[in-house]
Amino acid sequence: MLFVVNTMSDLLIRGGRVIDPANGVDKAADVWIENGRIAAIGKHKAKADTVIDAKGQIVAPGFIDMHVHLREPGQEWKEDIESGSRAAAASGVTSMCCMPNTEPRLDHAGVVRQIIERAENVGLCRLHPIAAVSKNLEGKQLTEMRELSRAGAVAFSDDGRPIWNAGIMRRALEYASSFGFLIVQHAEELELTKGGVINEGWISTQLGVDGMPVEGEDSMVARDIMLTRLTDGRYHVAHISSGRSVELVRQAKAEGLNVSAEAAPHHFALTEEEVLNFNADAKMNPPLRTEENRLAILEGLRDGTIEIIATDHAPHHEDDKRCGLECAAFGIVGLETMLPVSLELVRNNICSMSDLIAKMTCNPARLLGLEAGTLSVGAPADVSIFDPDATWTLDRKKLFSKSKNTPWHGREMTGRVTHTIMDGRLVYANGNIVA
Amino acid sequence: MRPLQHVLGIAEISREQIEYLLQLGQPFVDLSRRPVKKAPTLRGKTVINLFFENSTRTRTSFELAGKRLSADVINISASTSATKKGESLLDTGHTLAAMQPDVLVIRDSRAGACHFLADFLENTAVVNAGDGAHEHPTQILTDLLTLKQAWGDIEGRTITIVGDIAHSRVARSHLLAAAKMGYKVRLVAPKTLLPVRIERFGCKVFNDFDAAIPGSDALYMLRVQSERLQSACFFPSIREYHEAYGLNMQRLDAAGNHTVVLHPGPMNRGVEIASDVADGARSRILDQVENGVAVRMAVLTALCGGQAEPKKRARKKEQAMAAQKAQRKLL
Repeated sequence: MLFVVNTMSDLLIRGGRVIDPANGVDKAADVWIENGRIAAIGKHKAKADTVIDAKGQIVAPGFIDMHVHLREPGQEWKEDIESGSRAAAASGVTSMCCMPNTEPRLDHAGVVRQIIERAENVGLCRLHPIAAVSKNLEGKQLTEMRELSRAGAVAFSDDGRPIWNAGIMRRALEYASSFGFLIVQHAEELELTKGGVINEGWISTQLGVDGMPVEGEDSMVARDIMLTRLTDGRYHVAHISSGRSVELVRQAKAEGLNVSAEAAPHHFALTEEEVLNFNADAKMNPPLRTEENRLAILEGLRDGTIEIIATDHAPHHEDDKRCGLECAAFGIVGLETMLPVSLELVRNNICSMSDLIAKMTCNPARLLGLEAGTLSVGAPADVSIFDPDATWTLDRKKLFSKSKNTPWHGREMTGRVTHTIMDGRLVYANGNIVA
Repeated sequence: MRPLQHVLGIAEISREQIEYLLQLGQPFVDLSRRPVKKAPTLRGKTVINLFFENSTRTRTSFELAGKRLSADVINISASTSATKKGESLLDTGHTLAAMQPDVLVIRDSRAGACHFLADFLENTAVVNAGDGAHEHPTQILTDLLTLKQAWGDIEGRTITIVGDIAHSRVARSHLLAAAKMGYKVRLVAPKTLLPVRIERFGCKVFNDFDAAIPGSDALYMLRVQSERLQSACFFPSIREYHEAYGLNMQRLDAAGNHTVVLHPGPMNRGVEIASDVADGARSRILDQVENGVAVRMAVLTALCGGQAEPKKRARKKEQAMAAQKAQRKLL
């Protein structure tokens, strides 16, 4: 009963700074939500069932993280749809795209439908799966993309590994774009990165571990852009980590190709120096790179070459991380640090607040064709409210994610989500999951 | 001088500590040459040699070092260790540490393995006997003692290291030691066997062996795992490798008369080193082996408080005497 009352009730967010990049809005206003939709933005005098005081806070569309690994089905000890949804709600994320490298893979419509249903039952965050490009992620045979799309997949990727075979990549771009689908590439030339643990460079040389050169990413991005030109396909570079790849994307966009890119907060906030002490919690793929590459990603974010921020949230159990740098699994959790780390871009004058929010809302929504990422009147009421100046110290034990593999443990964070509203319902408020 | 807690790498120890260990090691050379090769220094101490990677000489060297100092020494090698049964490195470390050894000597093919374990083990000193291609500190101490014996002083000298630098923990540890001890390192290898940015260690890098020879005080030949490297396209053939980077008599003659030859072993005769050089008068390779035992005795002594203990005992004696005095006064 409570559930019904809640969805039918109205909600008022009072006194915040409303930023809705899709509509060019940045003003002090109240946001009125009714029947799960944005009902009005402006001065609101009527009484509402629930009132949230947002004074001194920013009211933005709910964030979209188009790159997460939720580990369900198959590795639920690391994360599952429920814990991942809780982490998302605590991060202001109201829509997320999970990657297909689960067990079984997201290469069959049944699995895609099943996880969407699970997320709906949890009811904290919308789930838009990215299905596999190739069956079993083997890079040999294409999946039934139309069927997967009808089941709810919003894009296609073999993430975790690249679509390495140029012939298969060509066919994937051709076939997918026949129906308007997007191919998301984990760009890595495996023969160049074989055995690699961290970025190839001065740090890998000092530690005596095999490195992964940026050229592994660059050569595949370059190849893929040529194939995008050949096929008139739609191509998206996941977790871009190399300055030269940013430049390749910039050129491709200038040429008018359908090419886009996302960057993960760790790639624009951290460098390979983090692993100098064999810190396995700073090990991910693509790895943290040099300062030079980090600055090039910042420039890409500044000039709009990189229009999306996505976390590559990759939960791993402590057992998979506490075994030394070389044996540790690749990946870090990213959802709950997404906003505070990304706010650095505003503080360092890389982006305006509105640009930053766009990279986490309307930009990914547009790329993926989601009905989300805006506070337009009539739009689904997904809202994130945050205090951009709140300071706090990250304690890994307090993460909502099941896994605690973060390089930011113990570090001071600035900016914190205070409320998350999903589908017109308050799902997170001041440190607690509400629903 | 800061007391040694672990010996994880040259990076973690100071010049002072290195000099102290070399000084401590020299008399142990003489001890090992005596008919009765035993000192009571580490009586009652336990040393565990945990070797996840094959090694004959380093393990034997540590084993003899412990035994000659009267420690109880246990060897665990990869084939008999529990890690084969799926036990993690950390669990193996914890399990062995729970048996209260004083020193855990670890060799592992993974870089940073002993640094990782040392973080978790509180009461056990960890000695790195080689971690992947990262560090091999006791080998460097061995080399430095050998070179000290040959030259008297190491500072200002030039050691030229030749071969598979990319996969060599010896090369890395020497590069770190050179900066601390004030000697120079030249590296010689084809680009395929040189890790990127290695010159940032402050060494000179050569692709042409012959160009690097004049002015070298030591030629340090690294073992080349020829089959593995050849199949992974690091070089085309052993024949070509030997021609370009092998040390033969002709090349040795091009160096000064004082130039000595080193090798960490085991050697591939006819690959990185010709037999007449290896067995020749300027080879210090067997001295390295002998000194290896001595410096490892020094390391174990320094870690097990071979010195601290008499001090502690002396302090106790002092305290007891002071107490007696006080009592006497009272009486």
